[in-house]
Amino acid sequence: MTQMLRTPDAGHVKRTRPISFTFNKRQYWGFEGDTLASALIANNVRVIRRSFKFHRPRGIVGAWSEEPNAIVEIGANNTRVPNLRATQIELYQGLVAHSVTPSKWLRFDTLAISNVFSGLLPAGFYYKTFMWPKSFWHRYEKRIRRLAGLGYAPSGQDIDTYDKMHYFCDVLVVGGGPSGLIAALTVARSGGRVLLVDDQSEIGGSLLSKTETISGKLAKYWLKDVITELRSYPDVRLLKRATATGYYDHNFVVINERLTDHLEHHNERLRRERLWRVRAKEVILATGAIERPIVFCSNDIPGVMLASAIRIYLLRYGVLAGSKVAFFTNNDSVYHTALSLVESGGEVVGIVDIRKNPKSTIVERARSTGIPIYDDHVVVAARGGFNGLKKVQLARANSQGDLILTNKGELKCDTLGVSGGWNPVVHLHAQSGGRPEYDQSAGMFVPGKSVQSERSVGAAKGHIALRECFVDGVEAGKSAALGADLKLGQIPDIPFTIAESSEALKPMWEVPPSQLNLHNDKSFVDLQNDTTASDLRLAVREGYTAIEHVKRYTALGFGTDQGKLGNINGAGIVAKYLGVDISELGTTRFRPNYTPVTFGAISGRSIGGYLFDPVRKSPIHEWHVMAGAAFENVGQWKRPWYYPRDSETMDDSVKRECLAVRGGVGALDASTLGKIEIRGPDASTLLNRLYTNSWSKLPVGRCRYGLMLGEDGMVMDDGVTARIGDNHYLMTTTTGGAGPVLTWMERWLQTEWPDLKVYLTSVTDQWAVVSLAGPDSRRLMANLYPDLDFSEEVFPFMSVVSASYVGVPSRIFRISFSGELGYEINVPANYGYSLWSTIMKFGESLNITPYGTETMHILRAEKGYIIVGQDTDGSVTPHDLGMDWIVSKNKDFIGKRSLFREDMKRDNRKQFVGLETDDPLLILPEGAQLTNEQNRSIPVDMVGHVTSSYMSVELNRSIALALVKGGIKRHGGKVYAHLIDGRIVPATIRSPNFYDPKNKRQEA
Amino acid sequence: MLQIECPWCGPRDQSEFSCGGEAHISRPLEPDALDDIEWADYLFFRKNPCGRHYEQWCHIFGCRRWFNAIRDTVTYKFIAYYEMGANPPELD
Repeated sequence: MTQMLRTPDAGHVKRTRPISFTFNKRQYWGFEGDTLASALIANNVRVIRRSFKFHRPRGIVGAWSEEPNAIVEIGANNTRVPNLRATQIELYQGLVAHSVTPSKWLRFDTLAISNVFSGLLPAGFYYKTFMWPKSFWHRYEKRIRRLAGLGYAPSGQDIDTYDKMHYFCDVLVVGGGPSGLIAALTVARSGGRVLLVDDQSEIGGSLLSKTETISGKLAKYWLKDVITELRSYPDVRLLKRATATGYYDHNFVVINERLTDHLEHHNERLRRERLWRVRAKEVILATGAIERPIVFCSNDIPGVMLASAIRIYLLRYGVLAGSKVAFFTNNDSVYHTALSLVESGGEVVGIVDIRKNPKSTIVERARSTGIPIYDDHVVVAARGGFNGLKKVQLARANSQGDLILTNKGELKCDTLGVSGGWNPVVHLHAQSGGRPEYDQSAGMFVPGKSVQSERSVGAAKGHIALRECFVDGVEAGKSAALGADLKLGQIPDIPFTIAESSEALKPMWEVPPSQLNLHNDKSFVDLQNDTTASDLRLAVREGYTAIEHVKRYTALGFGTDQGKLGNINGAGIVAKYLGVDISELGTTRFRPNYTPVTFGAISGRSIGGYLFDPVRKSPIHEWHVMAGAAFENVGQWKRPWYYPRDSETMDDSVKRECLAVRGGVGALDASTLGKIEIRGPDASTLLNRLYTNSWSKLPVGRCRYGLMLGEDGMVMDDGVTARIGDNHYLMTTTTGGAGPVLTWMERWLQTEWPDLKVYLTSVTDQWAVVSLAGPDSRRLMANLYPDLDFSEEVFPFMSVVSASYVGVPSRIFRISFSGELGYEINVPANYGYSLWSTIMKFGESLNITPYGTETMHILRAEKGYIIVGQDTDGSVTPHDLGMDWIVSKNKDFIGKRSLFREDMKRDNRKQFVGLETDDPLLILPEGAQLTNEQNRSIPVDMVGHVTSSYMSVELNRSIALALVKGGIKRHGGKVYAHLIDGRIVPATIRSPNFYDPKNKRQEA
Repeated sequence: MLQIECPWCGPRDQSEFSCGGEAHISRPLEPDALDDIEWADYLFFRKNPCGRHYEQWCHIFGCRRWFNAIRDTVTYKFIAYYEMGANPPELD
């Protein structure tokens, strides 16, 4: 249970709660409150994985989401989570983690040979090597996939559930560090509804690893007081383990809260993650800053890490990052860390400071403690082996700082803390539309002008000193409260902090090139993607001048860490090579998400099952289920497709159903057809404008078929509309067209013709519809409604009558989509099931047969009745369908002007025809392309395509509907269908009305 | 996601709305009197301004009413909302 590098008492981990965990199959011990990374460091585990491209050993660099190296995988099979940062995984009893590494062995990586031959793998290597010859790609691909790799996707279904939360607040504070907390306090005291989110397991940010006192108290006590006060306000919510991952328009911020990843046991009643969709009146970004590395030779050797990470591991987790620690810095911040290390019993072998003779208070304190300070020095190279860092090579640059001149010997150490200054986390500010600006004096990119209602505070604004953070926080809290129309309450006092003299940093992106041949190895800019400074130099040499292009050429910042460490150094280095100022070059675009978000969180519960897409069922649905119907999805509707009996195949059932309708009587559940009530004195006028034909003279009690066009003259929907009263119509639409047609009509009414006195109401769900078809349907109707006269004279084709069904109002339409004598009975939806059951009982003697949509499609195709959206595709006019008869020339209607353009009368437009294959048993595939010649010569001249195709049992042959250029005048001509298997099938063009061309049966 | 203020229902998420494109394009009273170019102008050609755009919106998953809005295409800020058929408000 020994943990080599654990201090006796520093940090916040619970030493009374030891935890055992497994990393790469070895058991270790840590404490409650550890992250996987802090526990691994405590156990002196230095190498976490092999790198992506060169397979070099890599260790932990950072302490939070900036970590590029320590990528691990936890769980197995369906609970496997790949590509997690060890620095963000909270330790729990029994945690099992593995390196995510491209090869099997961490220690002996045969593929590390790619490091030796790395000269062959420069930037742009993929583009250069694999573009020629193209056919060789499949040979390279397998090998490359094995060389690279970042873990495996989970297998099987996710066992967890995920939630979404919609939230509104006056002020959203992102980040629970000193500036965020005091800002939240300011708003809370003004009575605001505040949401404060922090992505760590404890709220506090930098205060969790601070040694300074605040108003005379230790930072942790000040922190506790503030959090207690915040929690006392009912309208304040604090979320931990919650990352603001994206900032979108109109102050819409998406927050990913992780609820169970830190727990030992899976509990199916708990949600794993919750995605907060927050709309905030004002946003305060207190996202802090990430320490910036300095690029030098072999800076990837395990043991080289961020100085701030060393500080966090010590002061928060009570872990020494190494036994002999050196620092390399260009600013004051590492001196605090060095002093803390010494106080906790660590050994600091030296601080290498780029600056000449720095004089701040803290530097003096370090010097008086006896820590060797190498001022005006740089670390030119790190040296070590698989076990990590052994020493660093020191040198001195010339006075301009652009060339290394003097070798200053070596410094033995196993850990090097690097600090090249700070990079404010400007990601969310940039996502909100702001443009980060380079602050020359501070040497960092800071937030620019706000575009949305947001402001950055504290380190996120480049203000590193604690006092500045507090001042910022209070000011931002005030402005946000006012922006959210709150009345300012008692403003918190700026807490007292000890002011120390400090000295400005001296920017350095990369240690300058050396005249001395001290060490010849790569200098890494992006550790995760193995992008080196020489890759950037190569990109510049090859002519890249924009940072976005350099990024794509070299993969800089493309990793799962999105370049949180390396991107700014990369920009600085590229600017230097280009000879421009970094402010001119700028940064790459910051895009959501700030850190990776699981697919589970994004999909929430809307995945699989009934929440994925609502299912609509007809009121008669249960009967169909009991009858064993096979169902078809039509939009969101479930419709009976066919009703198999015993061991029937689909073909058998459909054949039987077709014959039953043509020879007896069949029943179809047509409840899903769209139904729209149109009421008002101007109802006829509206229909006249929307349909191609005229409605004014349609008598009450009669129905008419109508075509609706878009303003471009193309067929949009069709259906039968019945005149129920003088000012009352009932329109039917296709099943899929119900919504769009209503929306279309509403739009015209509201935006163009608000003067028309018409109301539209969707009644699709209010009425159940049973369609009866077949020569025996009249007899059945007479049984159902003994009081009604169904004779042709009284109740002719295309008429409607109101009647009572078991005392319930119903409507009977005499219409047909099958070409047979047919009736459609409409009853209120709740009576649909009863009606259907009664019809089945009354029809028993007539051998009534329920039929599904497949049979309906065949029957209508035999008649050449179109289905809009199947036989038309948005480029088909009424003329093309051979339906000139329905187009009125005496009135205006939507689409008329377009329809009467010259071009619409072209003879060679694709027109609607029937097709009969020479082989009567061959069913053409729908979508098959048609040509005029049998022999294909490239380019092949396509003349059309098959839109519908079936085997017709009635006609004892296959039939097809098609759109063919100039087809209406080509009846009797030949076309050739080209099948996927290479066959070319001849077919004869004919009228689409295959069956009963004189329409005698439906009008009988 | 934009936040849009339905004149009838108040501020709601963009996902409840559908955008109808440019506003104040009246359907010609006598389409037959237009030549093809004029008709195409009505049918297809729309402004694509950098800045203020007058457009139609419908609260399609809400009250289903259409209304007009002025939106800045650069900042995505809604500058004004006004009823169908009304003249756009005077802006400076």
